[in-house]
Amino acid sequence: MDLQQRVIAIIAEQAVLEVSDVTLDSTIESLGIDSLGLVEAIFAIEEAFDISIPFNANDPAQSGFDMTSVAAIVDAVQGLVAQRAA
Amino acid sequence: MRRVVITGAGTVNALAHDVPGTWAAMRAGRCGIGPLDIADLDRLSVRIGGQVTGWDAAAHLDRATITAADRFAQFALVAAGQAMMQSGLVVGEGADCGVILGTAGGGLQTSDDSYRAVYAEGKSRVHPLTVPRLMGNAGASHVSMAHGIRGPVFTVSTACASSNHAMGLAFQMIRAGALRAVLTGGSEAMLCFGGIKAWEGLRVMSSRACRPFSRTRDGMVQGEGAAVFVFEDRDAALARGAEILAEVVGFAMTSDATDLVAPSVDGAARAMTGALADAGLAPGAVDYINAHGTGTAANDRTETAAILQVFGPRIPPVSSTKAMHGHLIGGTGAVELLACLMALRDGVIAPTIGFEEADPDCALDVVPNVARQADVEVALSNAFAFGGLNAVLALRRA
Repeated sequence: MDLQQRVIAIIAEQAVLEVSDVTLDSTIESLGIDSLGLVEAIFAIEEAFDISIPFNANDPAQSGFDMTSVAAIVDAVQGLVAQRAA
Repeated sequence: MRRVVITGAGTVNALAHDVPGTWAAMRAGRCGIGPLDIADLDRLSVRIGGQVTGWDAAAHLDRATITAADRFAQFALVAAGQAMMQSGLVVGEGADCGVILGTAGGGLQTSDDSYRAVYAEGKSRVHPLTVPRLMGNAGASHVSMAHGIRGPVFTVSTACASSNHAMGLAFQMIRAGALRAVLTGGSEAMLCFGGIKAWEGLRVMSSRACRPFSRTRDGMVQGEGAAVFVFEDRDAALARGAEILAEVVGFAMTSDATDLVAPSVDGAARAMTGALADAGLAPGAVDYINAHGTGTAANDRTETAAILQVFGPRIPPVSSTKAMHGHLIGGTGAVELLACLMALRDGVIAPTIGFEEADPDCALDVVPNVARQADVEVALSNAFAFGGLNAVLALRRA
């Protein structure tokens, strides 16, 4: 499973959906994930990839990472994983 | 039904180790939040808090008590001692007096230290008094023993509403004639590695400052400490010539029954409306609201909506003192009641410091940054907890 598939699997589990129901275009909102659900998904992603995403639920913009869509999250995780490897 | 008054107050918090010092700080709009000094700080992403600095337990308590009491219980003991001193309450046989304190974490420092010893440091034994130190009722029991109070003594644990629930119960028990006096309030000492690490997980903490109701707010900042009050039957207080600091006139508690962490307008509004109804007051009678005002995006927006719903066209000044002393979690309502007492007694409303920019979602007069003179006859104190539990007290000038 590549990085994108792993991220999608984590998000699908959080949304209680089939992996096939989650696409890169999906937004967190459209998947029915609330703010606490997003925090749980981010935790699971951090654990899976051994990265740290500085996400503050009060001010999502502050982290510098767009966490509103699946594509944006995949991008952010790719960047952080590359950083960790560097 | 009996009337209930407050005849003594004591506190230890990040602003001061007593009530006069806390009032002076609130009046000056001083911030007690600063860099934390705790073990393993380098592994935390949140490194600020409203920590009680310069704490010298030996200046207040004997050696045996210090050995037996976690930091949260030490704070409770010292605050209760101050309140008793001011009140001059004569406990007597003590069966008609009680202690009802709030705490969310109990002896968390003891748990943290003990876990570190056995897990991280590989030790095989912990201090023999670990259990009596960490138990949630330790603070109430210590206060009971220190003052010979032999009636109902217990702890209430409803997260951030613990103190308000405790004080509300004390009020109800005295009003019903069940007790003559109750030492009540709350204490918390959660500023340890495990306590902060747990809060980090929710991602609602600010790493910069607590800025309630400001558009630039980005989360809560934890504090620690205690405040304890002597709640007393008014007739008994008058008969012994006690100074009355304020009257407690109403209390209500509600549950959102919706979400574990997301606040609800309905639950908060019903608690405020309920406290007013309990006091027989119209919303227009309220001159000041001490807000829950945590500085999170969700709380401040929801609390504002609830206040607008309850108070409609005439909205009193609202301030959150958490920006000064931090969020004391289970002890917070008690320390915040001090701001209500100051407003009622001295006609000074404590400011919401750290306020940078108005937020259209928080369209309130939040007494930004600078304390204000005002004629305050009635004050409300809000507490809205995780778990959806809300508790609001109404106080009137003596």
